[in-house]
Amino acid sequence: MKTRVLLVDDEEEFVQALSERLKIRDYDVAISLTGEDAIEKIKSYNFDVVILDVLMPHMDGVEVLKKIKRIKPLIEVIMLTGHATVETAIEGLKLGANDYLMKPCETEDLVLKINRAYDKKTEHEERIREAKVKEIMSSPRAALKE
Amino acid sequence: MGFSWEIVGKGGFQFFGKISASISHDIKNVLAVLNENAGLLEDLVLMAEKGASFNHERVKSLANSMRKQIKRADLIAKNMNRFAHSVDKPLNDVDVCETLELVVALSGRLADMRGVNLEPLYTKERICIKTNHFLLENLLWCCLDFAMTSVTEGNTVGIVVEEIEKGVQIKFTKLQGLITDDRTNKFPSEEENDLIRALEAETVMDTGVQTLFLKLPEKIGS
Repeated sequence: MKTRVLLVDDEEEFVQALSERLKIRDYDVAISLTGEDAIEKIKSYNFDVVILDVLMPHMDGVEVLKKIKRIKPLIEVIMLTGHATVETAIEGLKLGANDYLMKPCETEDLVLKINRAYDKKTEHEERIREAKVKEIMSSPRAALKE
Repeated sequence: MGFSWEIVGKGGFQFFGKISASISHDIKNVLAVLNENAGLLEDLVLMAEKGASFNHERVKSLANSMRKQIKRADLIAKNMNRFAHSVDKPLNDVDVCETLELVVALSGRLADMRGVNLEPLYTKERICIKTNHFLLENLLWCCLDFAMTSVTEGNTVGIVVEEIEKGVQIKFTKLQGLITDDRTNKFPSEEENDLIRALEAETVMDTGVQTLFLKLPEKIGS
């Protein structure tokens, strides 16, 4: 199955070109130009990785990140920043972002970070599955009641 | 009267820093678009070399997009240059309309972030006064920043420049938030008052007409 990526940035031409490049590299890509639209898409579709711009009108990247982690905590988020400083991106890491990248970025760096984030998400999901299985095995009656 | 640069102070440096950071952010965004467009062109060529059909229309649209981004970067650089040169002389003949246009352009990102539209209206093409260019930019930016926090998202700040007797008046209009909170007590701050004094300007807040008035003399230090 292809890795499902959501690109969130208010620079339309940037997200269009980047989404085409990621599709060429065999990713399943959707785009959002606002934080609000991203949240709606995340609610209704299962993404693996979100690439999120830090500075956006209305709802900024950090706010979007907090909402994503509340709605679907397993989604991995990579912060994208145009700032010369990394302070906001570091704030994002503290709030649960997987990694960050500075604009303009090398596509191969981005691809590497997406793949790492995807691996982390699948590992995490696997661990949750294993824990559930253990729980069922240790007390099958309680699991059946549930 | 001589003009002391000391008046620029902490607030002036902070203003310079904020504007520089905003400009660098805009440049980074342009570079990011150009970088992805160039990368996509490369991808399309590599795919064509491997036998895929070559999408001429997509290549044309990418070239157009790159040209558009170069124009955008050129405008950012021009504004940055105009802004940098505003500290050249302590006193200068300054076109208020042109300066306001520059400050509005430099505030574009901030306005976008707040979801506010800026609508400047000039009653004349040029209205010149003798003043300190940099401090004027700083004061206009402070007024604009205050005005933008006095409207709700999706609304417009009107900016009208008009000649008055012995000076210029700039009106920041449609500030519906002026009536509803105590922001009127917070503007101007101590630092903003220093600027107002240095430029021999005057600010008047009229909640009845939801407007902030800024009056500037035709010449400072006379």
